[in-house]
Amino acid sequence: MAGNFLVDSSPHIHSRQTTRAAMWSVVLALLPSGIAGIYLFGLGALWITAVSIISCVVTEAVIQKLGGKKISIHDGSAVLTGLLLAYNLSPSVPLWMPVIGGIFAIAIVKQAFGGLGMNIFNPALAARAFLMTSWPKQMTSFVPPFAPDAITSATPLMALKEGHVTRFAELGLSYWDMFIGKRGGCIGEVCIAALCIGALYLLLRKIIWWQTPVTFILTVGLLSWAFGGRVPLRGDFLFSILSGGLVLGAFFMATDYVTTPLSKGGQLVFGFGCGVITFVIRKYGGYPEGVSYAILMMNAAVPLIDRYIKPRRYGTL
Amino acid sequence: MKQCVKEFAKGITVENPTFVLVLGLCPTLAVSTSVVNAIGMGSCATFVLLGSNSIISLVRRIIPDQVRIPCFIVIIATFVTIVEMILKAYFPVLHQALGIFVPLIVVNCIVLGRAEAFACKNPVRESIFDALGMGVGFTVALILIAAIREAFGAGTIMGIPLVKGMEPATMMILAPGALLTMGLLIGLVNYIHIRRKTNKEITRTGCHGCS
Repeated sequence: MAGNFLVDSSPHIHSRQTTRAAMWSVVLALLPSGIAGIYLFGLGALWITAVSIISCVVTEAVIQKLGGKKISIHDGSAVLTGLLLAYNLSPSVPLWMPVIGGIFAIAIVKQAFGGLGMNIFNPALAARAFLMTSWPKQMTSFVPPFAPDAITSATPLMALKEGHVTRFAELGLSYWDMFIGKRGGCIGEVCIAALCIGALYLLLRKIIWWQTPVTFILTVGLLSWAFGGRVPLRGDFLFSILSGGLVLGAFFMATDYVTTPLSKGGQLVFGFGCGVITFVIRKYGGYPEGVSYAILMMNAAVPLIDRYIKPRRYGTL
Repeated sequence: MKQCVKEFAKGITVENPTFVLVLGLCPTLAVSTSVVNAIGMGSCATFVLLGSNSIISLVRRIIPDQVRIPCFIVIIATFVTIVEMILKAYFPVLHQALGIFVPLIVVNCIVLGRAEAFACKNPVRESIFDALGMGVGFTVALILIAAIREAFGAGTIMGIPLVKGMEPATMMILAPGALLTMGLLIGLVNYIHIRRKTNKEITRTGCHGCS
């Protein structure tokens, strides 16, 4: 009897959209940003990305083989985790770091909880947090674009946090520079234009929904405008959106199916929570950037959100 | 004698205070940053357990049931004070490293738990072996966790460097490393227990055992 049933992870809804197709679409949508990152930071960024993906895929295959499960690396989820992990790393990290990060992401954060669909936290972000706590020096040394061997430079947010500059104008960057990615930062977070192309593709294909990213970005922007500056209501709305990993996090990691709320209402709450925590960490926390921690913290709150915000069942009042 | 061996062995394996009963987690997570600390904490707790278990077992018929917990605490606190004074006098470095967790042995769940669950109901000899087993089980678990954390987090074991040029993962000797190591080890212990149990059942009863 048991052999007649197909046992698969949710969603069980019938449509042409499968987990596999969704994963590969997200990978596709992330490619422009990666290409921009490699163009800006040189081939080193490519090696980091490749090593990270290989590490994730190999770890997934080995663990599934050891556990006697069907090897499902073709579903693209491990590739996506590897890609996102690399996008969250500085282009100057040594190559053993994406290897360890990938192993941690898949073995500890994903497979130890039961594999695809069972993990509580976003594997790529949890691995980034692990690397950040373990090797803070390597994780926070950034290089400026178009200068592969240059001395390290601070990201715009780090410069503001450490007090080298007090106003955006002193950074020597224009909003346009920030938009096309001519600034220091992680491989996949700098080129906002490329990220927007990918995000637009996913939104049009209805693979992600607008609720989380829009509330996330608007919350950070509005809070920074209201409380971020020296004087209330004089903060820099655009800078807060274009800096750090906000766009990458909001569109590609706060929309992960597994670790975010199921209902549209819940996604609004999730995005808002992420935005508030990001702003609080940026403004008052010890780190210059808080997007990854904000998403991780809200990941932990997802079961609670899903419990209290349920879509109305058909037929009930 | 067979009974005593059983009481001793259960503390290390099937009733391991850390991995199976999951008691006394506070010192386990906090001081398991290095193997030296683990050995220190383990032996302190074992000494206190040994003292409290034997005394409580001796006076178990005198203690009125209503006030037994305060009585246990007084007896345990006595031994903890002895340990703390010895540490202060002869091992000041260890005393500094263990810090608040030595006085906190007074309210350690393992010590109080063994007093309540075992020593106040069993004769002295069994109680002593129970204390020894629990103490050794606790110490072994602590050393195991500490060895993993120290090896990955500081690149050393007992202060001896393992690999030259390795950049240790600082997180492992911070709080998240403790929780991660603990969780993975509990998972491993559960896995071994479940496997052993199912193997035994199959060999003992065969397929008929299931029906």
